[in-house]
Amino acid sequence: MPPLLKILIRRLALGVLTLFLVSLLVFAATQALPGDTARAILGRDATPARLATVRKQLGLDRPAVVQYGVWLKGVATGNMGKSLVAQEPVTKLLGNRVRNSAILVLLAALISVPLSILIGSLSGLLRDRWFDSTTSLGTLGLAALPEFVIGLLLVMLLATPIFHILPAVSYVNPDVSLWHQLNILVLPVATLVLAVSPYMVRILRASMIEVLESEYVQMARLKGMPERIVLRRHALPNAVIPAIQVIALNLAWLAGGVVVVEYVFNYPGIGTGLIDAVSNRDVPVIQAIVLLIAGLYVGFNLLADILQILISPRQRTGLQ
Amino acid sequence: MSDNLIPVNGAPVSDLDLGPDAGLGEPLEPRLGHDLGSAPARTKRRRREWVQLLIDAVHYRRTQIGLVLFCFILVVVLFGPYVAPHSPYQFVVRPFAHPSSTALLGGDSLGRDVLSRVLYGGRSVLGLAILATVIGLGLGVSLGLLAGYARPAIDDVVMRLLDVLLAFPQIVFVLLMVSVLGPRLWLIVLTVGLSHAPRVARVTRGATLEIKERDFIKAAESLGVSRIKIAFAEILPNISSPLLVEFGLRLTYSVGLIAGLSFLGFGMQPPTADWGLMINENALGISIQPYSVFIPVALIAILTIGVNLATDGLSRAMIGIERDTGAS
Repeated sequence: MPPLLKILIRRLALGVLTLFLVSLLVFAATQALPGDTARAILGRDATPARLATVRKQLGLDRPAVVQYGVWLKGVATGNMGKSLVAQEPVTKLLGNRVRNSAILVLLAALISVPLSILIGSLSGLLRDRWFDSTTSLGTLGLAALPEFVIGLLLVMLLATPIFHILPAVSYVNPDVSLWHQLNILVLPVATLVLAVSPYMVRILRASMIEVLESEYVQMARLKGMPERIVLRRHALPNAVIPAIQVIALNLAWLAGGVVVVEYVFNYPGIGTGLIDAVSNRDVPVIQAIVLLIAGLYVGFNLLADILQILISPRQRTGLQ
Repeated sequence: MSDNLIPVNGAPVSDLDLGPDAGLGEPLEPRLGHDLGSAPARTKRRRREWVQLLIDAVHYRRTQIGLVLFCFILVVVLFGPYVAPHSPYQFVVRPFAHPSSTALLGGDSLGRDVLSRVLYGGRSVLGLAILATVIGLGLGVSLGLLAGYARPAIDDVVMRLLDVLLAFPQIVFVLLMVSVLGPRLWLIVLTVGLSHAPRVARVTRGATLEIKERDFIKAAESLGVSRIKIAFAEILPNISSPLLVEFGLRLTYSVGLIAGLSFLGFGMQPPTADWGLMINENALGISIQPYSVFIPVALIAILTIGVNLATDGLSRAMIGIERDTGAS
């Protein structure tokens, strides 16, 4: 299908262009630092000679365009420079953190997506009954709450002396696999799930209501098909499809949502890594993490768009 | 609900049908014939749309609850400092002291009165959030009008550039800027506003694209009214409803971002009394003196839920208005 292919390629190219501009913005912003990197490393009372040496070592004396080229090449080859604070390669420094965050996001996604589909479609099915109105108010409230507020409310509910069920802070033991210390994951994952689900629940509810009012569902019912099969075969699949784009967008949100949630629980992931780096003005680490998060965000958005193009017949055939 | 879906007259939607009682007022032709810029007619029309939306929204229970919650916070923020028993900076009890007659909600990490700090600490959260939202809406609406009503080439460039900003989760974008210039207040307000702009611009552009094909815009164009004037005097008043909803939505997020940044330690700096910062300062004592964390958390929660409930009422009322008039 050439028109479809054309749309997909165009969208992909736009995604790559966006990523390129994002990298440019990240680089330009971090280069605008008042007081340059050499001074940041050496401290306030560095001699001019030492400053010059370090600047040369870091390549800071070269034109900005060249520096950007070198940096971008490094990004492409997985060499993001050295942390100014830890004096270690950024990739090595962030390896564990990326893995920890990935586990967090993955678990949150694996729980929130099926849960939202279940609650959302039930809510649509039981429209205007107590389950629906409770869910509706609940999602409205949760959608309003900032992630850190949800996290802290959970901490107060489950991890203070009143109900000391779960640890409030994630002391991850680096020598033991995270799978063996799942209890520290419960609260951060629960926070992310509660923060991300409301939107998915609401879109599924709306989608389910629309499907249930459709002619093919009425037709199936009139045929005398058992309600259970009507729901499973006709209603649910058709209700989920339009929601797929929103689901992908919410997974994109998770990439940014981990930042504050990790800080609440002191979880050693890229979020706390970013916050530490911002406090220390550790430029290479900031660049790496921001680029990673933005890349994921753009990637999921792209995925959402592509899925939407593939799903919707109107766009698939190129007719607008 | 469903009986409203069919337009009463069955005719194609006319531009006059924007407000529920539109069409009874001034008809389109005379208005254009006399003076397009005549202020009374325009303000009358503009006011009608969003005031009507507010009036309709108040009929919803959720709007009422939302407004009550918001007003509660507003009262705390505005009058709190006048009734605070202590100065927010004064050390009155020992650190993390339990509630007593001296400090009704106990002491914070340094022994300051939690109640007094709570009563003082909302100004920065609410004030900065409103400021950031206004900046974000101003920028976003201007860019959205530009994209929606300018030549397609400009539209493309503006929207692609905004896509770059959209590639950053809002908090990450603000943190990136903070890492450049340090935790300055003006910077945080500006960047939170800036991070709203592409999102607001998308909504504005979408609404503009719908409006700009209408007859009254075409009429104004054919009369030679400048495009900037049409954008701000003709299009803007007619998209005020979705923008009002957008304002509420962005305010909810602004509160979260501003308070969140203080919570992360990049917003308000000590010794300021600020709800976000209080959570940060007192988090270590959460199990000894829960009030020092719980009260600010609860107040932020009430504020965001209140704004969101009211906003939800607005958007429901908006759909209602559109249904009444058959506009889609």
